[in-house]
Amino acid sequence: MTDRHGPERSVSVLGARGSVAGAAPPPTRGAVSQPTPARLFWRQFRKSPLGIAGGVLLALFYATALLAPFLAPYAQETMDRERFFHPPQRLHMRDAAGRFHAPFVYATTLENAGEFRFQEDRARIEPLRFFTRGERYRLFGLIPADRHLYGVDPPGRVFLLGADPFGRDVLSRLLFGAQVSLTVGLVGIAISFALGLLLGGISGYFGGWVDNLVMRGTELLLSIPGLYLIIALRAVFPVELPSQQVYLAIVAILAFIGWAGLARVIRGMVLSIRRQEFVAAAEALGVPRLRILALHILPNTMSFVIVAATISIPGYILGEVFLSFLGVGVQEPSASWGNMLNQARSLRVLTSFPWLLWAPGTAIFITVMAFNFFGDGLRDALDPRSLPGGKTA
Amino acid sequence: MRTYVAKRLLQIVPLLLGIAALTFLLLTLAPGDFLNTMAENPAISPETLAAMRRNFGLDRPVYVQFLLYIGNLLRGDFGESFSRHQPVFTVLRAGVANTLVLAVAAALVTWGLAIPLGVWAAVRQHTWVDRVLSFGAFVWLSVPEVLSGLLLLLFAARTGWFPVGGMHSLDWDQLDGPGKALDLLRHLALPALVVGLIPLAARMRQMRASLLDVLRLEYVTTARAKGLGERQVVFKHALRNALNPLITLFGYTLGALVSGSFVAEIIFSWPGIGRITLEAILAQDQYLVMGAVLMASTMLILGNLVADLLLAAADPRIAYD
Repeated sequence: MTDRHGPERSVSVLGARGSVAGAAPPPTRGAVSQPTPARLFWRQFRKSPLGIAGGVLLALFYATALLAPFLAPYAQETMDRERFFHPPQRLHMRDAAGRFHAPFVYATTLENAGEFRFQEDRARIEPLRFFTRGERYRLFGLIPADRHLYGVDPPGRVFLLGADPFGRDVLSRLLFGAQVSLTVGLVGIAISFALGLLLGGISGYFGGWVDNLVMRGTELLLSIPGLYLIIALRAVFPVELPSQQVYLAIVAILAFIGWAGLARVIRGMVLSIRRQEFVAAAEALGVPRLRILALHILPNTMSFVIVAATISIPGYILGEVFLSFLGVGVQEPSASWGNMLNQARSLRVLTSFPWLLWAPGTAIFITVMAFNFFGDGLRDALDPRSLPGGKTA
Repeated sequence: MRTYVAKRLLQIVPLLLGIAALTFLLLTLAPGDFLNTMAENPAISPETLAAMRRNFGLDRPVYVQFLLYIGNLLRGDFGESFSRHQPVFTVLRAGVANTLVLAVAAALVTWGLAIPLGVWAAVRQHTWVDRVLSFGAFVWLSVPEVLSGLLLLLFAARTGWFPVGGMHSLDWDQLDGPGKALDLLRHLALPALVVGLIPLAARMRQMRASLLDVLRLEYVTTARAKGLGERQVVFKHALRNALNPLITLFGYTLGALVSGSFVAEIIFSWPGIGRITLEAILAQDQYLVMGAVLMASTMLILGNLVADLLLAAADPRIAYD
């Protein structure tokens, strides 16, 4: 899954080594106050409009995922047996006679049942209702509610992004799918980076047989092509799993793969940091070695780790997409961006119902791009020696 | 140099054994086995099942199974595929060849586009050409191959200019030599494009950066001072040295393309090793999965080795002993 970012990526970010938050001298009383590292960071980050745009987009996406049950007009499983493959509806403000209305959609009738062709009925207006009552849900998994941002009066239906083969609202599934697809990367990266920091740190600081063992392990993992390793690891779990367990399984798989590359880089950084005087000083003072590693050495790798994590998250998101696309990830009826793409695999769907490709495809593309922009901005801000744009080139 | 090659080749053996051990462990942890699925099939007698269980050593302790497998592996026997009733090696041989065809074609796409585009961006530095190419590369990095694959599939289906999957047409056997080649190329074009475009953005930016580095060197200034044309300076003097760092990447790319071809093989029904792996996983065909992962890893490792050797051959400053 890291193929796209290839070896050169991890090498290029190596340069971020030692651009250190902790290295700034503490502000001395009486002197002119030094800007804090956070302020320094912000001053740099502000200069990258794309980085800010990426960050804002991501904040928006995650908020959307959190509020999915409210924003979505229907639940992710809600089927409509009368409206399989219903095309996306256009929002109108003006009716056939030219009169203005609040936003509405036209009701549709099934014209050709064999080809799932629907025709707008210009005489029947379905006004969009805001904060309307609909299916019950629990907001944040806790607060019972039944208000939705928008909807139409039953028995009408609104499919702003179309419906899937089971007559489920694509927009609703996109929103619920975001809950899976967007968080898998965060949880996965948290686990794998914790592992990578720990193992890489121990390996670099203690050396000896531990070092040897860890490094041979990483070599092994890095020698298996990423997607093959993912799919082989998937075999460890039963093919059919309840959706929550699948989620955990995917996180476990991605975390297991991701730590190796990071551990190698961290090891290299620790090897150089441990020769510095403050480490010798701490050792001379008799500070326990694990404490030195955790409190003195590893914090010096943080600015690198933050950038590397941001840049790696898209790889994790695509890992979930890959597994679900192959049909061994998140299972129906739960939605994820990967299994929504899976519905678009057949030629018939691709040519006749292309919105099933566009909706999840665009969502994945924009998310990955937002992470890339955000990560690039972070790198420029956290690593003062890198020149904007010149870094990965 | 020769000792270096020998040493590197020897290092591969324990690595591959480790990979075999890891995949064996993973698949032993996997729930159920192929024979359990077969046991539900009334057409297969219990005696046949017992015989199969014995043949594959499935009634023996796990470590005996593992040693049996490794022993067979060292003799070049990859075991039997449960689901295809064929030796694993036979199944894989065709798959590996097909994947290599795809990977090499994809590499041609990558480098055929990356080098000219990178050079173009470098000689037009700070112009709109450079900016558009850089930004385009950055945006392209965000297009997952699942998406680009499906888009090209849609393109093929809509236009009818390219076949929508497989490796050969139905009338393959009746075609003559050139006809066969043309048919294969038509089937190869879209999957190779999907796979080849993955590393394009990164390679293009590397080519650009490398050429810019060289163009700053003094011998380039000298060449310009002699009054050579810009074209000669770039193509005769600068480009050759600028290509040097990319030679290493060529091998690494080849390895990455093996992994990258997985998705394209699924989308375009290309009968490569990725497709075989997925089918084997779904059928719980243990030995076939292990063999496929081993083969894919071997290709990756050899790709990296080739990368190191190419660099040594191209750059006399690097000496291995």
